[in-house]
Amino acid sequence: MPWTRSARNFALIAFTLLIATPRLVPAPAERKLSVYSTAANYSLPIVQRDGKDYVGLLELLDPLGTVSTKAEGTRWRLRYNNKIQAEFTAGSDRVRIQGRDSYLGAHFLLEGERGLVPEACLNTLLPQLLGGPATLHPLSDRILIGDAGTHFTATVPPSEHPSLILQFSGAVSPTVATEAGGLRLTFPRDPVVAPASPTLTFGNKTIPSATYSESNAGAEIFVRSAGPLVAGVSRDNRTLTVTPAGSLAPGSSVAPPTTPLVDTSATPAPPNAPQISRRYFVVLDASHGGDDRGEAISSSLLEKDLTLAFARRLREQLEKLGITVLALRESDVNLSLDQRAALANANHAALYLALHTSSSGRGVRLFTALLPYGAENRGPFRAWDTAQSAYRSYSLIAAAGISSELQQRQIPARSLMAPQRPLGNITEAALALEIAPQGSEAAQLASPDYQQAIAAAVAAGIASVRDKLGTVP
Amino acid sequence: MFAAALLLGTVLGLSAYAWHMRGKAATLPLAASTRPVAPPISGPTETVTLAIAYDDAGLIHLQSAQIPLPSSRQQRAEELLRALLNIYSDRASPHPLPAGADVRAVYLVDPGLAVIDINSAFANGHRSGILPEELTVVSLAQTLAANLPGILRIKILVDGQQRDTLAGHADLSGFYDAAALGQLTTQLQSAP
Repeated sequence: MPWTRSARNFALIAFTLLIATPRLVPAPAERKLSVYSTAANYSLPIVQRDGKDYVGLLELLDPLGTVSTKAEGTRWRLRYNNKIQAEFTAGSDRVRIQGRDSYLGAHFLLEGERGLVPEACLNTLLPQLLGGPATLHPLSDRILIGDAGTHFTATVPPSEHPSLILQFSGAVSPTVATEAGGLRLTFPRDPVVAPASPTLTFGNKTIPSATYSESNAGAEIFVRSAGPLVAGVSRDNRTLTVTPAGSLAPGSSVAPPTTPLVDTSATPAPPNAPQISRRYFVVLDASHGGDDRGEAISSSLLEKDLTLAFARRLREQLEKLGITVLALRESDVNLSLDQRAALANANHAALYLALHTSSSGRGVRLFTALLPYGAENRGPFRAWDTAQSAYRSYSLIAAAGISSELQQRQIPARSLMAPQRPLGNITEAALALEIAPQGSEAAQLASPDYQQAIAAAVAAGIASVRDKLGTVP
Repeated sequence: MFAAALLLGTVLGLSAYAWHMRGKAATLPLAASTRPVAPPISGPTETVTLAIAYDDAGLIHLQSAQIPLPSSRQQRAEELLRALLNIYSDRASPHPLPAGADVRAVYLVDPGLAVIDINSAFANGHRSGILPEELTVVSLAQTLAANLPGILRIKILVDGQQRDTLAGHADLSGFYDAAALGQLTTQLQSAP
């Protein structure tokens, strides 16, 4: 029976639909492991084998250092940064690294030249290969290598119009969703890590608590509230302010709360290229604080208070010159040296400046890190104690600029090295500035005029090296 | 009879001598030194270089001194620092240290590591500040490095324990590299 035109068309449509049907069924989204490190942020596919999650080890290590691999039968040899050697065997759950056996938790798989390791073993495997910590966040399929995490604090300052202030150690780009009982902030692209406790309570009726959790969408903070909330972000993307709708304080520096922070329909995709960029801003560290009072110059004159007062003056001077400032300590709180370094490094500032005072000597002293002779770092990771070594020349430039301005204003200045933490741990230009009185009266350290004169000179010195420090790689 | 008389005379003589010595001991000052007993030193003096800190100028001066030194390398190290502390404990000290400050021991560990163990009075009472603490560290470490060849690294302990800082500033948590300290000493020898 000959085919009529309509029958032919029907058959053609039916055939087309038959072929196309599998493609019209939505394929499951490909899972990816997001890798965050100081060297690069990138992602790689997670594949399932025998019901377990696996990742390609070469793809994981390649952006972090020099990797070579060689497959011989069931053996797969890997060499990292010409130092670490590992030998995997297909079907075996053990790996030999630098002559020592380690347990993978599941079989190593060799697919052609590609070596697959269980995702769950990365917490233990990567530190042995990289020589530094690696923290897997399995719920959010993220791995943070070294000190790549973005930490945050959450406070609700007492006010007629309570707001939750979330202060992050690095810039963040959350998506925002209003839900019953509160507001959900999701961080699909940022290496936000958990606070000490996943539940944060604020003792406030309007915003009583917030909860940190992780899901395959990333890190999440759910802010509880009886009424509707809105969120705004500061210009530097480090401070989020969550406020009851309609009560944002006038003059707030946050963005208009009605503007969505991020398009929530955007597909989360971690960055695939190094995102470290240097803006010209300064991290000011008022040294000591809390239990650590520093030098007791007199019973009422403590170094921790003087450094805080001076930090405020210097911040004001720098901001007048258009230089953005992150103050690590704005009240009388304890901050460990490691915390100070981690916060400074996470923000990729152009200059870290630790402030000290001393009743000993005269004028201002500028200190750069005393590092072991010939200290240098190779590969993507930096030894914590000598992290500063690659940035020492920038620190010297900053010291010279500030010293020059001080001397032009008749303030004695001297540049030295010092065994002073956390200078050696900082991955940007880093100085400690120690202010001593000009005369024999230590009380001059508390003089507003004296502090102001030094703050103005230091700020001018920092501004004078903007062109040289603003391009640190 | 003669022997008995001789014995009696000897007993009386020794008793008199003991009485004499008792009286002499009673005249010694009662204040006891808290410093550890130094090893006996014999032999001729040697010329050494002491890295002496001067607080007023914020400088280190390398000064020659003649001191008797024992033959043992470790005891020599301790004597060098003891000579330094004698200068700092003087009334006209250029770099006053707290009362009771002392070096408990110096350990020389191959290859090239010198461990200086100071007492807690030294650290707890030390003046706080980057420069004052730095001067002390450099003074101790450079005095050893300048006189004992082969020292590559220096570690400072307090009462045998690791401590984060000397008095809130100078880092004691790690090892000092002798070459880097040499560079720092050069900086500290120059007037501001």
